[in-house]
Amino acid sequence: MTTTPEKTGLVNVTIDGIQISVPKDTLVIRAAEQIGVQVPRFCDHPLLAPVGACRQCLVDIPDAGNGKPIPKPQASCTLPVAEGMVVQTQVTSPVADKAQQGIMEFLLINHPLDCPVCDKGGECPLQNQAMSNGRGETRFDGVKRTFPKPIALSPQVLLDRERCIVCQRCTRFTDEIAGDPFIALIERGAQQQIGVADDAPFLSYFSGNTIQICPVGALTSAEYRFRSRPFDLVSTPSVAEHDSCGAAIRVDHRRGKVMRRLAGNDAEVNEEWISDKDRFAFHYARQPDRLSHPMVREDGELRPASWSEAFAVAARGLRAAGSSAVLTGGRVTAEDAYAYSKFARVALGTNDIDFRARPHSAEEADFLTSFVPLSNEVEYADLETASVVVLAGLEPEDEAASIFLRLRKASKAKTRIVAVAPFTTRGLQKMNGRLIPTVPGEEADALRALADDGETALDAGGVILVGERLAQSHGALTAALELARTTGARLAWVPRRAGDRGAVETGCLPTLLPGGRPVADAGARVDAATAWGTGSLPDTAGRDGNAIIAALAKGQLGGLVIGGVDPRDTSDPAATLAAIDFAQFVVSLELRLTEVAARADVVFPVAPVTDKAGTFITWEGRPRPFEAVLANPASLPDLRILAGIAEELGSPLGFRTPHDVRAEMESMGPWDGARAPLGPVKEKKAGRTKARAFVLSSWKHLLDLGSMQDGDAHLAATARAAVARVNPAAYDALFGMLGEPATATLTGDRGSVTLPVEVGDLPDGVVWVPANSAGRGVLADLASPGSSVTIKGARR
Amino acid sequence: MAEPKTLKEQFWDPVAGFGVTFRTMFRKVVTEQYPFEKQPTAPRFHGRHQLNRWPDGLEKCIGCELCAWACPADAIYVEADSNTTDERFSPGERYGRVYQINYLRCILCGLCIEACPTRALTMTNEYELADTTRADLIYEKSDLLAPLLPGMEQPPHPMLLGKDDTDYYRGDFAAPPVGTEPMPTRGPSDHANAPEPEGTH
Repeated sequence: MTTTPEKTGLVNVTIDGIQISVPKDTLVIRAAEQIGVQVPRFCDHPLLAPVGACRQCLVDIPDAGNGKPIPKPQASCTLPVAEGMVVQTQVTSPVADKAQQGIMEFLLINHPLDCPVCDKGGECPLQNQAMSNGRGETRFDGVKRTFPKPIALSPQVLLDRERCIVCQRCTRFTDEIAGDPFIALIERGAQQQIGVADDAPFLSYFSGNTIQICPVGALTSAEYRFRSRPFDLVSTPSVAEHDSCGAAIRVDHRRGKVMRRLAGNDAEVNEEWISDKDRFAFHYARQPDRLSHPMVREDGELRPASWSEAFAVAARGLRAAGSSAVLTGGRVTAEDAYAYSKFARVALGTNDIDFRARPHSAEEADFLTSFVPLSNEVEYADLETASVVVLAGLEPEDEAASIFLRLRKASKAKTRIVAVAPFTTRGLQKMNGRLIPTVPGEEADALRALADDGETALDAGGVILVGERLAQSHGALTAALELARTTGARLAWVPRRAGDRGAVETGCLPTLLPGGRPVADAGARVDAATAWGTGSLPDTAGRDGNAIIAALAKGQLGGLVIGGVDPRDTSDPAATLAAIDFAQFVVSLELRLTEVAARADVVFPVAPVTDKAGTFITWEGRPRPFEAVLANPASLPDLRILAGIAEELGSPLGFRTPHDVRAEMESMGPWDGARAPLGPVKEKKAGRTKARAFVLSSWKHLLDLGSMQDGDAHLAATARAAVARVNPAAYDALFGMLGEPATATLTGDRGSVTLPVEVGDLPDGVVWVPANSAGRGVLADLASPGSSVTIKGARR
Repeated sequence: MAEPKTLKEQFWDPVAGFGVTFRTMFRKVVTEQYPFEKQPTAPRFHGRHQLNRWPDGLEKCIGCELCAWACPADAIYVEADSNTTDERFSPGERYGRVYQINYLRCILCGLCIEACPTRALTMTNEYELADTTRADLIYEKSDLLAPLLPGMEQPPHPMLLGKDDTDYYRGDFAAPPVGTEPMPTRGPSDHANAPEPEGTH
């Protein structure tokens, strides 16, 4: 036993003649594991409630602890241990062994012999346990029950009903863990099967987990179906790159191609679950527009170039451009972010660097500089023990899937969830949470009001999770800090992208150096300069992302090093593209030929996360290092490219591999001096909402048109539909005369979009649309969130 | 000091060796005039592989990779894919999209044949497996597939013998269309080509 909390809670049992002490209420099947006896099982899963559906784990109980035997074999996965209990498994008891073989025979009666075409063949618990605990020969010579195969539970998840042994792992997962009970057992007897309603496909963000825990090949994914066999695959543990949760994954690859990804098992982070985005969205790295070689612009056209030529041209161009800035996006690893940070300071001599490729504010920069670096007050486990969790500017199901599953688990115990949001989302419903309806822009007031809110009762046992979207709301981050200070609750910042927290820690901000060293602090600057072996570092705070774009457009900045930024995510997509067009010299580090790369003067192809080692830092501040999955020597990480340019610029960075950078980061260490103080929040500009206008609220769905989900049509088909949401009163006013179904044409200062409309419990005068589920996204096509839009109704 | 040679050693021994030569001149010649004259192999000789077809021309291979798994020399590479209603290569849902046997590695042991669950893979008696480049010795699916016999149709095409794959596997289909006499293949023996039973194992 590794966990022995108190001696009083221990129960002594004898399993196969071996005495063992286990905590009270331990199931016999787990107790047997501890003495190294594997009782065969299908329905049992450590993270799901015991159900005893498959009956495969029968054991003999000669003494139930009261001196009397239990007359028939018992399912060990539903039987808690009792003091003095004697258990005999198949190892010592012919009765248990015969019972297990009998159950196995029943299970196999209707199970088809299509293992050669079954995706599970080779890694199938039924195959394995039929070999270890079943009869060698079948005695069944009837006709097996068959079903037409397969049926699509969703565009991604396919069900072969004849393979199903009705263990109910999938239905239990959707009910207990994900809270999306779209599938259920239907029919009776031999016809009993997993069913789905015709009008409600299995559109869960976590549907892929059911495929992984299915102990037979009944559930398969359209994406992996027939792609390879388990014995072809090489498995490498890695970390999911789609959100800041740092979920452990297992990447299975064959001949340099990723074939599938599975959830890893990390009890401290994602337990055994990952979202469908983490599981299925990996085809982006194999798209036809993936860059394979550096390119330089000559006579207005990009042409292929050698690495050394491209380094030289990039260095020459940046030197000629005068002052340059760096935009890194939020997707890079911590090592790459460190390289960008050092490159900006050492090679370009500027603090003009920002990782925030999204709407941001000076207030957020202050918050990130003073509060976020090195903070790890809240961890996943704390979410489960918290009395109340306040979510502000964060929709966990869409933006941080692992947090959502933890919160749902916590909410089923005793944690209350409170969301400061415009409407009750499906995620909040599933967490049984309470909504504090908030008009976008008024989050600060809502957070301040929470301090004396008796129903929320936020105290030292509470946790406040603020999302990156809170930056769009004036004063909200300051209000959240204030709330945490007055109530004693712990605060954590949850960004959307995997690289965001790492970028903060490594100083990809105009006011921050790596390790939490504030630029404004002379001591911190000297500390960093000493570590880097340079004379001095630029001492004035740099421009933030918006200011960099503005300065480029005005010609105050000449050069730009830009990596992994999608202009459509930035505060003003049109202005960003115009600035890149206008800039004198642009160096683009990209995976694929994007809008930015097509406009750049030098384009470097960078390695996707599968091709390089790196570290993602989770929202908790937990480093999640991973090694390269595929060996691809032509695919260089950002840091190697930046090192190459810096060498040509005459100020080498002193590293060439992720491991060099890790060592350097290690030796540089965190800043132990004072943190930057929070700056004063500027006065809010006077509101200028037009009459009859709606305030726009928006965030990204988990599955949308993001470029890192490209290449899997099945996954895209499981995305939630793009709909606009208004409250019933507004719906009646706008669409009442039109009858259902209606569409709304929203018009903002950047254009208009037309979407179907649904009703939600939004406050008056608020409309919500998904940020990137239609067209080029809300920021490019409509308006920036928080601004006002007008709505015109039409009949669909 | 050497002994003086006897008479036998002086006169008989030098010519005695020619006795074998003279005797052989009157015996039947064992030389095989390969490659001008080919001798048939033993009927169960392990030669080049063949991917068989159903009598309507659909492929028997389902891309299950059990052959690749069984192969002790890692000579077989398979990639499977889904049949669609528009493009059907085999009965059932799955077919082998890529099928390669590397004859630089293959030791012609026949374990793959034993592993094949659909009798798609059998061996012919063809033994002339030499070539001038390494690349040419990796046989693709197109090189390994059995030739189309009369009555067979080049896939992709729908299932012609039954309504689903069960009919194929149970043999619940009418006798093969007329004119399916076995035809000679490029191998010395053609028995592996006959529709039923395939191969010799």
